[in-house]
Amino acid sequence: MRNPLLHVHELSVRIGDTQVCKGLSLDILAGQCWGILGPNGAGKTTLLHTLGGLHAADAGQILYHNRPLRDIGARELARLRGMLFQNESPDFPGSLFETVLSGRHPHLGRLGWETPEDLDIARQAIRTVGLDGLEQRRAQTLSGGERQRMEIAMLLAQAPQLGLLDEPSNHLDPDQQIVMLRLLKKRFNAERKALVMVLHDVNLAMRFCDHLLLLKGNGQQLSGSTWEIATEKNIQWLYQHPVSLLQAQGTTCIHFL
Amino acid sequence: MHHPLRNKLSLLALLLALALTSLSISLMIGSVDIAPGELWPLLWQNDGGSHYRIIHELRLPRTVSAFAVGGVLALAGLLMQALLRNPLADPYILGVSGGAAVAVLGAMLMGLPFAWQAPMAFGGALASILLLFGLAHSGNWNTTRLLLTGVVLAAGWSALISFVLSLSPPVQLPGMLFWLMGDLSDALNPALPVAVLVLGLVLALWLAPALNLAQLGTARAASLGVRIRRLHMFVYLLASLLTAAAVSIAGAIGFVGLIAPHMLRLASGSDHRILIPGAVLLGGSLLVLADTAARTLIAPMQLPVGVLTALLGVPMFLYLLNRGIAGKTA
Repeated sequence: MRNPLLHVHELSVRIGDTQVCKGLSLDILAGQCWGILGPNGAGKTTLLHTLGGLHAADAGQILYHNRPLRDIGARELARLRGMLFQNESPDFPGSLFETVLSGRHPHLGRLGWETPEDLDIARQAIRTVGLDGLEQRRAQTLSGGERQRMEIAMLLAQAPQLGLLDEPSNHLDPDQQIVMLRLLKKRFNAERKALVMVLHDVNLAMRFCDHLLLLKGNGQQLSGSTWEIATEKNIQWLYQHPVSLLQAQGTTCIHFL
Repeated sequence: MHHPLRNKLSLLALLLALALTSLSISLMIGSVDIAPGELWPLLWQNDGGSHYRIIHELRLPRTVSAFAVGGVLALAGLLMQALLRNPLADPYILGVSGGAAVAVLGAMLMGLPFAWQAPMAFGGALASILLLFGLAHSGNWNTTRLLLTGVVLAAGWSALISFVLSLSPPVQLPGMLFWLMGDLSDALNPALPVAVLVLGLVLALWLAPALNLAQLGTARAASLGVRIRRLHMFVYLLASLLTAAAVSIAGAIGFVGLIAPHMLRLASGSDHRILIPGAVLLGGSLLVLADTAARTLIAPMQLPVGVLTALLGVPMFLYLLNRGIAGKTA
């Protein structure tokens, strides 16, 4: 059996009155792409933050490469996992380039000075998300979609092993949703890397994720490979809404009736 | 593309030139004017004349103290603004100067000797720092709570100050008001403020990368490897201790800690690796110029320097604020 990048054992997480998950166990192996689905308020973001070490679990263990999360230093953890936020503060006081460059922080030396290599990595990340030419723009003046791509570029510059993404398709146009998810999947499909994404769109999850975790928001959860989990019955159970499976041009879609 | 800070180094060079100019002006102007050509040799060579003594015994200690206190205040203001993520924060917003003032005015009222003033000020400031830390620390430490608790504490100190002032005999009032407005006429030992400035500058520069990330939001900074809670506590203690030191040397000098960091932000952006040294140079220069004016405008009488920093600071700040708002809507 391969050594999991992230091992979750009997994890229980609560926030307020919501039991996000109870006794959740799963292994995230290198090369996998996980999707987290669930109704509004089920605690998907909270679970993502818990996996990233930003929210304390009530019980259970989270291990990165068999090491407990709490034993890993902040900077080392920032090289192991990177996060994309959904509702984090919108203040970006610097230029787009400076903001993306700040993703390099966990890789810098003690004095925190960027090397020419770091500048190169940031510039390439900006080009990868298609924002080249806007490097000197004040990040606050970017549109919602541009800002989302900037944050994706920041994550690419950070280059962690595990990407924990909250709604990566947020604010993006339909074509950009596909372009960005494809890009992220390609980047994190490499050796020793993996991806976990919270998604609202079940069809995007089915298209890009090989594993799914369904969070009901009452402590019940289901996890496994996408073909096992993404059934009519399960999706109906999750959202309490009738759905049907549509097959067209070799792909399967969930249609909300 | 080169490093984003490279274009900003010229700004630091400019500020260094401003600092040297203001230091020279302060050394040359006073009851006896000293010509520019005379200044440089006088700094290094004792010709046995009165000018040498004026420079070395009076002006140089005071000018260097003014520069260091101005630098410390600007640095403390910059740190408070970064900590509270509030552009209106200044070194005194959390009540550090209030605690110092109550202690000093209390000492004056009780007739304690003058030598007690600085230690009393530092003690009062320290008490206020620890009180606030204890209040905001219990339970959930966050900066909004810190700000609210601090502002309320400052209001409480302010009421106590008014109380002491109303009890004081009229003969003591001018001395108390001078202290409250900030005054450098007794700051004749520059070693302490310079040491505080150097130490504060080094620690702040060490924190600069983390401060840059903290601007992006707490969770994002944490996800990039900043221990944000620890950073907040450290910045709070550093900024407060710097303020306490400045207040105990020169009283509560207003506006330097508010306007110097703001002027720099407008000119150089948001990177603390430039903001920190820049704020020190600008704050130091501003206070040196204000103090020069304070001791020469109505010579032989001296004004409290805080009056001048406020008189300069209010219009400057309003101008910047309006320009900033106009810039944002444009």
